[in-house]
Amino acid sequence: MANNTSHTTEYRVLGKILLLLMFLTFLTISVTSYDLGAFTVTIALLIAGVKAFMVMSYFMHLKHENLLLRILVAMIFVLFAVIVLITFIDYAYR
Amino acid sequence: MSEAKIHVEEHRDDEASKLGMWLFIFTELLLFGGLFLVYSIYRAEYPDNFREGSLELSVTIGAVNTIALLFSSMTIAMALTAMQKNNKKLAIQMIAVTLFMALVFLVNKYFEWGHKIEAGLYPGSTLMSLLDRGHLLYFSLYFFMTGLHALHIIIGMVLLFICLFKVRNETIHNQKYVLLENSALYWHLVDLIWIFLFPLMYLIS
Amino acid sequence: MNTGTEKTEYVSYLDHQGKYKGIFAWIFATDHKRIGLLYLYAIMTFFFVGALLGLLMRVELIAPGQTIMKPQTYNGVFTVHGIIMIFMVVIPGLSAIFGNFFLPIQIGAKDVAFPKLNRFSWWIFMAGSALAIASQFLRNGPPDTGWTFYAPYSTTTGTNVIMATTAAFVLGFSSILTGLNFIVTIHQMRGPGMKFFNMPLFPWALYATAWIQLLATPIIGITLIMLIAERLFGIGFFDPNLGGDPLLYQHLFWIYSHPAVYVMILPAMGVISEIIPTFCQRKIYGYKAIALSSLTIAGVGFLVWGHHMYTSGMSENARWFFSLLTFIVAVPSAIKVFNWLSTMYKGSIDLKPPFLYALAFIFLFIIGGTTGLILGSVATNVQVHDTSFVVAHFHYIIFGGMGFAFFAAIHYWLPKMYGRMYNIKRANIGLIIIFIGFNLLYFPQFIIGIMGMPRRYFDYLPQFQPAQVISTIGGFILVGGLILMVYNLVAGARKGPAAPANPWSGTTLEWQVPSPPSLENFDEEPVIKQNPYDYK
Repeated sequence: MANNTSHTTEYRVLGKILLLLMFLTFLTISVTSYDLGAFTVTIALLIAGVKAFMVMSYFMHLKHENLLLRILVAMIFVLFAVIVLITFIDYAYR
Repeated sequence: MSEAKIHVEEHRDDEASKLGMWLFIFTELLLFGGLFLVYSIYRAEYPDNFREGSLELSVTIGAVNTIALLFSSMTIAMALTAMQKNNKKLAIQMIAVTLFMALVFLVNKYFEWGHKIEAGLYPGSTLMSLLDRGHLLYFSLYFFMTGLHALHIIIGMVLLFICLFKVRNETIHNQKYVLLENSALYWHLVDLIWIFLFPLMYLIS
Repeated sequence: MNTGTEKTEYVSYLDHQGKYKGIFAWIFATDHKRIGLLYLYAIMTFFFVGALLGLLMRVELIAPGQTIMKPQTYNGVFTVHGIIMIFMVVIPGLSAIFGNFFLPIQIGAKDVAFPKLNRFSWWIFMAGSALAIASQFLRNGPPDTGWTFYAPYSTTTGTNVIMATTAAFVLGFSSILTGLNFIVTIHQMRGPGMKFFNMPLFPWALYATAWIQLLATPIIGITLIMLIAERLFGIGFFDPNLGGDPLLYQHLFWIYSHPAVYVMILPAMGVISEIIPTFCQRKIYGYKAIALSSLTIAGVGFLVWGHHMYTSGMSENARWFFSLLTFIVAVPSAIKVFNWLSTMYKGSIDLKPPFLYALAFIFLFIIGGTTGLILGSVATNVQVHDTSFVVAHFHYIIFGGMGFAFFAAIHYWLPKMYGRMYNIKRANIGLIIIFIGFNLLYFPQFIIGIMGMPRRYFDYLPQFQPAQVISTIGGFILVGGLILMVYNLVAGARKGPAAPANPWSGTTLEWQVPSPPSLENFDEEPVIKQNPYDYK
């Protein structure tokens, strides 16, 4: 069908998300300046994950898209994670 | 949603277009995913070398680039909002700012890479071939991943330029803006990749 | 006469006059049916080139030592045979030809979601194929790495690896775009009343396949780029001399290439699921199970890739993990086979060529599948890995499976595509010859494989010769049968008697429209039933 009825995200919402993202960026930088061994990368990736989630939910409008699309996006990340995990079943136990 | 059986009508399905774009984004995620997989294997094998390698990168430039992309992600989202609110002027301005931020990113990348290349550090150089295993892998991944990412920035910029012109001559307008929407999605993807690339390349403690 | 503008004026899609004339009406076509035919002609050609290369290999192997070609040539021949067959025939095959032609019709749509993208997909397919062929003739000689391009040989050999891998990359792009197009088509363009579970099983199969094409292909894309980068810059991702891990290449390669085999077989199974109900005049047994089994195979198929690598040096945990998943993924396939057989029980069976090919498919697929279990089990794999047992296995599954399903599909749908019928008796004779030739060609290879005959070997010990001779003879018989089959089909398509709209009394939507269909498929609104296999 022709016309778009996509949800309109307000400017101030977008601005707030940017501030949050910038904060998380600086958080990552400061956290990784400490050596926490294996946890450093985990925390960095977790924060990156939150940032990605924000970008997808708000900037990419996923929050207002249909459920199918949201499930598909989630499944892509799950697929990737599973592939990495399985590959490590080889490498971790060599 | 079901189409008339009479053809030669202006058949448009924006939902389909958007779904198509998301599917394409999935392929890009998996393309880079392959590189992230290689990265994770070799980082697990050479953790110290990877850390040493990352010390050669400037966290400041990386952070500036990260902020630039995040900012540009916001501005392109704002451009879309402007279009939905029928604010053509603001839409154009926001797209222009996005493009400017992209340019900032590329200029930074140019200097970053230029610095390394001047020092003799680039794929195929003698210096690279003399490095320790882990270091060689780290820098190879660095050039490969940031290079592929930069290529996607350029593609994104082309898309956004096209959108800019089309908004100006009103072939993209308030009742028909799926091209802008999809180009914005592509741009966000470019941002998404960098969100993961930045800590993995620059912030190994 | 006018083009088909208003509702009732029937003009076959073959006669439709559009914007372009002559050959351009074809290569610039956006009509999914024409694009399907374009793929058909290209892929048939590539198949025969690949088959000829296979026959050359068989001639070489009829005796130990050099027979007709040097060892280096032999390496090049089996490499290009694999590249052509895998990337240019079997992976695109059923989706690009019959998927393109029949998916929209079967779901009540007038075309795919993105017709221009569809045309672009075909252009890229041809471009990639041209590159692959060029890699045979330019500069440094045809690649000799096998179609699998294993590192470190592929990163160091002097032959045209970069060109061949670029070709594979481009072909992969075509695959991705086709998958994308089909997913959106199925989600967005089903006709009124056609819910997901009202779709016939071929669209279901295409749907599952499209997801694999979309998600798995990028991984081989990036892997090939890494391979090229390694050749150009000496990076060391995969080269053990530089401290890299060749096994990582194998992981990345098979993360795509295993799901790729499901791209090959799922549409094939979809075709069989269409043919069996029609020629038994019975509703398919277990429709939902078959539909969902396609999705299950697609999903689980992403998790088994390591069964190609048991002897390469993976950890023990990896070996048993992959073996377990491999046995699990066999289950949904078996479900389909049981359901097909159950459909036949007390059905009103009509032994026409499509159905005979479907029966042959089931027989050959079972052999291929069960020998796959022998390969999937780690202990037995050690004996047969890299022997001609593997070669026999995958030819039974791919050729006996996808190939015979392809033959079944063309015999089933040719009357619809061209509006003409072929000679049934000749078709049956062709089938018998092909079937005999096929089994003579491949079955002995199981036996000598277990006895120790390696694959991709130009030379062999004398005790393997009797089987090799039988195999070569089988190859010639097979090709003879194929020629007869193609001759019969081409003759039928060109000057056979006119075919009615529904020669086989099928119930799916393509049989409700004229043979051949009009440009936009449905001149009247299609009657979409709840149950796609609504036999009385």
